[in-house]
Parts: sequence; C-alpha cells; structure tokens
Amino acid sequence: MPDQFLFATEVFINGLMAGVLYALVALGFVLIYKASGIFNYAQGVMALFAAMTLVGIMNGQVPFSHIINAVFGTEIHHFGWHVPAFLAIILTVGVMVGFAWLVQRLVMRHLVGQEPIILFMATIGLAYFLEGVSDLMWGSEIKKLDVGLPQGGSFWIEDMTAGLGSENFYGFFIDNLDMVATIVAALLVVGLVLFSQYTKQGRAMRAVADDHQAALSVGISLNFIWVLVWSVAGFVALVAGIMWGTKSGVQFSLSLIALKALPVLMLGGFTSIPGAIVGGLIIGVGEKMFEFWIGPLVGGATENWFAYVLALLFLVFRPQGLFGEKIIERV
Amino acid sequence: MFYREAGDFKTSYEQDSQTFPIKFDRFRYYAVLAIAFLVVPFVINDYWANAILLPFLIYAIAAIGLNILVGYAGQVSLGTGGFMAVGAYACYKFMTMMPEVSMFVHVLLAGGMTAIVCVVFGLPSLRIKGFYLAVATLAAQFFLVWLFNRVPWFYNYSASGQISAPERDVFGIMITGPNAPAWATYMFSLIFLTLCALVARNLTRGTIGRSWMAIRDMDIAAEIIGVNPLKAKLTAFAVSGFFIGISGALFFSVYLGAVEVGEAFGITKSFLVLFMVIIGGLGSIFGSFAGAAFLVLLPVVLKVVGVDVLGWPTDIVAHFQLVIVGALIIVFLIVEPHGLAQLWRVAKEKLRLWPFPH
Repeated sequence: MPDQFLFATEVFINGLMAGVLYALVALGFVLIYKASGIFNYAQGVMALFAAMTLVGIMNGQVPFSHIINAVFGTEIHHFGWHVPAFLAIILTVGVMVGFAWLVQRLVMRHLVGQEPIILFMATIGLAYFLEGVSDLMWGSEIKKLDVGLPQGGSFWIEDMTAGLGSENFYGFFIDNLDMVATIVAALLVVGLVLFSQYTKQGRAMRAVADDHQAALSVGISLNFIWVLVWSVAGFVALVAGIMWGTKSGVQFSLSLIALKALPVLMLGGFTSIPGAIVGGLIIGVGEKMFEFWIGPLVGGATENWFAYVLALLFLVFRPQGLFGEKIIERV
Repeated sequence: MFYREAGDFKTSYEQDSQTFPIKFDRFRYYAVLAIAFLVVPFVINDYWANAILLPFLIYAIAAIGLNILVGYAGQVSLGTGGFMAVGAYACYKFMTMMPEVSMFVHVLLAGGMTAIVCVVFGLPSLRIKGFYLAVATLAAQFFLVWLFNRVPWFYNYSASGQISAPERDVFGIMITGPNAPAWATYMFSLIFLTLCALVARNLTRGTIGRSWMAIRDMDIAAEIIGVNPLKAKLTAFAVSGFFIGISGALFFSVYLGAVEVGEAFGITKSFLVLFMVIIGGLGSIFGSFAGAAFLVLLPVVLKVVGVDVLGWPTDIVAHFQLVIVGALIIVFLIVEPHGLAQLWRVAKEKLRLWPFPH
C-alpha cells in the first residue's frame, strides 16, 4: 500500500480518537440542554474544576492554602497524605454533586422562565466564578494527573501494522490513552442510555426534557431533576477532565475544550446524545484530515477554526444539526 | 416632579421628531456633552485617560454596535472580538498605505471594511437562528484571529507578528503613538463615540430600527407584515459591524498602540462586550454606556481595593477578580435581567412622581 494512504489512515484513526474526546465534553452540554434548555458554557470549566479537585484530593492539598497563607501568614500546603485514585474519584464526584446542588439552589432556581440568552450569560458568569474558585482553591500552576491510565503510543499496534508499507513506514502510532478514552466514552454512553431508559430517575429526566409543565403535573420534582442533571453533567465533566488532564496536564487551557465541543454540538444538534458522538467523530476526523492535506498550504494551526467553519457550512443546509429536533416555527 | 413630560408642548414636526423630545432629557444630554467636551479635556491626566476614560469610550462604541445587533435585531453574536480585529487591522493597513490621509478617514474606512466582513458572516443568519447562530458567529471569531496571525500581509511582514500604530496627527496634533497627549486621544475617541451614539439613537427610532425590533420580537410575523428579513438582518449586521470596526480601530491605534491579535481580540473580548450589553440593558443606547462604564471600572476598583488597600498578592487578587466578576454577573442577571437601563427607567419613574409614592 502507498505510504501516503497509510499516513492518511493514521491521521483518520487519530481523528476518530480525538473526536471521541470532543464528544465526551459535548455530552455534558447535551444533557443539561435537553433537561433544562440551558446552554451551559461552564461545562469546560467544570471539567477543569473536577480535574483540579481530583488532583488536589489525591495529593492531599489544603484547599485555599494560598489565601490562608496570605491572610494569616502561615505556611501550610499539604495535609501530608495521599489518597488512592479510586477513593479520590468518588470524593470528587461528591464535590461535583454538591456543586450541582449549589448551582441549582443559588442560581438556576432564580432564573426559571428567563430568556435563553440570559441563562446562557449566567452560565458564562458561572464559568468565570468557577475558574476563579478553582484557582483560589488549588493554585493555578500546571499539575500532573495520573490515575493509572496507560499512556504513550501502543507498541503492539505499531509492530502489527509496520509491515503494511515500505521501510519508511513504521506502523500506526496510536495513543493508549485515546483507546482507553474511546472505551470509557462508549461505556459512558451505554450507561447513560441504560440510566435514562430503565431507571425511575432517568425516565423522569426524559419526561422533564420533553415538557416541563407536563412533567410537573404528574408529580416530578423539577428541582430534583435539575440537580440530578447537573450532577450527571458534573460526572461527565470529571470523566472528560480525567482524560484531557492525563493527556495534557491539568491547567487553565483545559477549560477551553468547551470551545472545541461547541461545533460538535452544532453539527450533531443540541438535543441529541447520538448527535454529540457522531458530531464529535466528524469534527475530529475532519479537522485532522484538513490539517493533514490543506494545513501545510495555508500556514497550519487550522484546527482552531476549521471545526466552526465546517459546522457553519453544514448548518446552512440543515439548521437544526444532524440529529436535532426539527425546528418548527409558528406565529 | 423632577422628570416630567407634561407641559412640554411641541408646535412643529421638527420639535416632535428631535433626538430627545423631552426637555429634561435634552438638557441632561447638553450638560453631559458640555462636561465631556469642555471640562474633562482640561483636567485629564495620563492615568485617567489610559486606565478609565479611553477604554470606556472605546468599549462604549463597541457595546452600542453589539447592542444594535443583539438588543435591537435579536441576532446573538459572539464574534465581536474578531470584528474588532478586522477594524484594527484595516485601520493599520490604511494608515501605512495612505499616510497622508487624515486619521478620521482611516477610522471610518476601517469601520466600513468591518461592516462588509460582518455582513458576509451575517449571511448565515438568514438560515440559522438562536444558539446555533451564536455558536456560528464563533466561526468568525476564530477564523479572523487565525487569518490575522497567519497571513503576513496583514501585519506588513513585521518580525514580531504584531502591529504597532505609526505616529499620525490630526490638524497638527499627535493622535497616535507614544507622544500623543492624553486630552487629544480622549477628544478623538469622544468625537467618534458622540457621533456613533447619535447615529445609533436616530437609526433605532426610525423605520430601520423598527424593522430590526420587529425581526427580533418574532421574525416570521415580521416577514408576514412586510418587513424584509434579508434587508433588516443584513443592515443590522452592517451597522453593528461599522461601529465595532470603529471601536477596534480606536482600540488599536489610539488606546493600545500595538496589539497581538490573539491576545487583544480573543474570545474573552467577545464575551466582555456581550456582558456590557447585557449588564447595561439589551435594546438601550444608554445601557451600552452604563454597561461599558461598569465593566471598565469594576476591575480597576477591585484592583485598587485588593492590592492597595488590603495589600494582598496580585495573583490572588486577579483570581478574586474572576470570582467577583462572575458572581456579580450572576447576581445582576437574577436581580435585574433587563440591566442598568431598567434601573434608570425605574429611577425616572420615581423622579416623575416624587414626592408621592404612587
């Protein structure tokens, strides 16, 4: 087989993997948007916050140590213990649930019935707030996150595929972490589908997504469902945070993955979970292939905008996205 | 009692259709103009100009522009940073290509250029609505910033990839560059702001503004009663782009002097201007001023309180600033989703009735 084709295939596969990571973030958006009509810009910062909390708990960091030291003149940084990854993840989930409850209690409850743009702006405010809080709580330096996921390229795949091309071709380079992420994402989606199809709370969640008033009238507590949805979104954010944090370290830029997820949402439709997955894959493959073929011609770094332009062109032909609910307009 | 429409009789159509039909509003407006033009330039110093007044004036222009698009025409845009970058780079190119032409012309041309770009990116608004449009405008934001970073022609092949404003004067007074006096840059921006606000106010009161509002309130119904959505939406994008372009040009040439596009015109700028519009009040020219003033002053005040009064380290203050800005935005949206303009309307109502409660 010609090398060029093999390289393209490698780019394609890596694009798929990147797409899965985008989809993980997009999933959190879709959950909240479906259940409450809120376009939650803070999803990316939630991933950052979750990852930082996880690292902080694992390393036994003292929360807000910077402020405490600045105000009282003390020098405390660590409790001096290390928490095993599994326990730390459970604790972090607890923190995210608490955060969901606070958001519902203090913010979203007071904004019921406002226009979508106001709700959207509120979540941007939330994003600023959370970003500041996570920096204050855990410090803003770059941290390493290691919960025991495999990293680096997979030698097995490289060896297996090395024979396909000429001697210049060394086999496909595929990151172990990306494969783990794919499996985790698949499990997560299956879990979410099972949860929303077969459990009482999941069904209530779907009922709320369908029609707030009707759900309220059959005795579903909207407040509880919204806390639930924000908690689930917090959990998804944690998973995304672990994957991205392991890949590139826990730092501010982690919150920018929200911007990567937006075109995915546009493409897949704001209201569709399969849409988030398919959209993620299309965007992932599309931007990697574009960077591979066209990028060198125009100076590179096309990944920043290509996804948006692709989604924009796509929307012109299908304004509700691939799997979104058809927009019906009445006067 | 203090604010009343009664007894203010109009005897001609000109009087009835003037920019501020109510006498109190008119005198307040003259008073503010008199202070801004006749008092401030004589007392201004470098700190006030660079920390507060210039950003306020320039952001107010951008906020008026965005308010026309979001508040009057209902097309949510997150591409403001990118459009400001178009204004800045267009201004830079005009300044270096035609050094002999007046700065006024450069800034206006930059605005025109941005209007064209804005219309191009506004075209999808005919098909895409609501959040899909908001996210679609992010395409403009990222694409434009990337373009100005990657195509050397835009920054005249300078080694740093930055653009820096050459020294230009208007009627012999230095306007750009490090030697420009504070009052000159202030006056230059103020003239543009005054003109923009006047134009915006009169546009929004007329046929075109009403067609924008009809499109905003319900576009299908507007179309049925004979508003041309193509014309209304694209004019909104064009006018908005013109103002945002002017503000981008001023931001670069008069205020900063040298910019790096990703840093100065990144997505945070888009959000900042959108916050100004929302906190000030959607669909209100006064609100644009109020929002710009609020968000320009807030970080300055927080910094003064945190660093100078409490004596905390600057990085902690910077993080606190994020927390406080975020919290304030949320509190604002909960307490007064119609913004500072609504507070002003309530205040006017109170003044009208004073000293009676109802």
